[in-house]
Amino acid sequence: MTGTGPAPTTAGGRDLLRPLKLFGLFFRIGALNELQYRANLAVQLFQSALALGTGLAVLGLVFGQTTNLGGWTQSELLAVMGVHILMGGVIRTAIQPNMERLMTDVRQGTLDFVLTKPEDAQVMISVREFRIWQAVDVVVGAIVLAIAVAQLQSGIGLGPGLVFAGCLLLGAVMIYCFWLILTTAAFWIVRMDELHELFDGIYQSGRWPVTIYPGWLRISLTYLVPIAFAVTLPAEALTSRLTIETLALAAAFAVLLLVVTRWFWRLGLRNYSGASA
Amino acid sequence: MTSPTASTAPGAPGAPTAPTIGTGPLASIRGWVDLYVATMRISIASQIQYRVSNYFYMIGMVTEPVIYLVVWSTVARQQGGEVGGFTPGEFAAYYIVWTLVRNMNIALTPWAWEERVRGGELSGMLLKPVHPIHNDLAGLAGWKAVVIVLWLPIAAFLSLIFQPTYSIEPIDVVVFLVAIWGAYVLRSMFLWLLGLVTFWTTRVGPVFDIFFVAELLLSGRLVPLTLMPDWAQQLADVLPFKWTFSFPIEALIGRLPADQLLRGLGMQVLWIAISASIVAACWRLAVRRFSAVGG
Repeated sequence: MTGTGPAPTTAGGRDLLRPLKLFGLFFRIGALNELQYRANLAVQLFQSALALGTGLAVLGLVFGQTTNLGGWTQSELLAVMGVHILMGGVIRTAIQPNMERLMTDVRQGTLDFVLTKPEDAQVMISVREFRIWQAVDVVVGAIVLAIAVAQLQSGIGLGPGLVFAGCLLLGAVMIYCFWLILTTAAFWIVRMDELHELFDGIYQSGRWPVTIYPGWLRISLTYLVPIAFAVTLPAEALTSRLTIETLALAAAFAVLLLVVTRWFWRLGLRNYSGASA
Repeated sequence: MTSPTASTAPGAPGAPTAPTIGTGPLASIRGWVDLYVATMRISIASQIQYRVSNYFYMIGMVTEPVIYLVVWSTVARQQGGEVGGFTPGEFAAYYIVWTLVRNMNIALTPWAWEERVRGGELSGMLLKPVHPIHNDLAGLAGWKAVVIVLWLPIAAFLSLIFQPTYSIEPIDVVVFLVAIWGAYVLRSMFLWLLGLVTFWTTRVGPVFDIFFVAELLLSGRLVPLTLMPDWAQQLADVLPFKWTFSFPIEALIGRLPADQLLRGLGMQVLWIAISASIVAACWRLAVRRFSAVGG
């Protein structure tokens, strides 16, 4: 009697929060799991330092020969590098491990265990894995960014800062969609071992602003693999290059990708035959 | 594959690293050729099945030089058409040849050893009458045949877009054809050696990482070495890395005079001899540490 009125709203509210709660839960499990292997943190710190050193060396080589690259100064490219490292950290912490697990589950038929749970399957497969040590790169990226911003003469106000954060979020969403679309293809093409290598290779192009690439490549790196949105766009927000039109385009594209991803995921799921064979 | 079986396993103490197969020098050579041809055939047949996988790999591989190429051509154009002695067209030639050299010098990843040791696959390898490095060398050499066929359209596409400028003499081609195999054998030796670290420690990641970063910077993989600071070029001269990347590339695109070409081949032979001896010595020590589980 009394509970019937507000019930739908609570249910609706709960539905919206539910993915976050699931994420929190799996995050705790993942963190506890990895905290057992603390030496891995040292390895990760070492690898991140080495990668950072290499990146700085390359930047140093380029700017030993020139003072700007396609209109970007050294500090601005440092900002691009910061975003690239940070986003790479996000991908390896939260996106890629989930997608690789999904691929294995599809191949081995163990996706059954996910599908039988009373939760949305797409949410489940997206939050199951979380590699906390990989988040070292998120921190390293943030530090590089902070140094770059300090070097930029303009500095950063609150407004651009918020826009920057929004761009990062949009970028992460688009990369997630891109990965999930490709991984969903595993429902048809069972063997996709090289996918991870392929993405890593292409992701390296984000270390430089996509504007330096020739047209066909720039377009591919924007709409085919959304690296321009994920890395260059946030960096543009920091270096006062971002126009409102570009931002709107990015937001629209993110929404479109989310819808397409959802549709494609369901299509793929219908094609899944399970492990009972 | 090879009819006669040697009585000692190659890893056993005192076993020769290059056991003779058959009797007499001629039969021995024929035995080796048969072994390599057969292993390469198997490898080609199995790799041909994974065309999609192989193309994924190729596209991922090609993005690396394309990035370097775009960055350095941009710098060259901004500096009035040339940087470090390279025009955009010469950078294009460098990095397009790079893609072939990279494919050619791919060797067994040192990470494979973790699986071999832990999974016990090594036990099976030790039972064969020849040193296991031959299986790796021949197997990957066969894979290269597949890769080169896949590479041709990619090279054509890159040439169409980036307009490379070459000045190739016949001698450059001859030296290149020898040098890419030299580079392959040399790099295989070093990666094998690196893989053997797995026998002593399980935390191999950092060791491998340092090796690959050093290689990236000092081999000409990242940039032509003339763009590096002087001290780095001098360092590269005394290390083996540049003979596996920079040398074959520059040999083909016509940047090296005849004496440099000869010297390069000589350095490859020298480094192969050095690394192969170290591999032979370390392998003997490594196998002694290995205690088999199943296989």
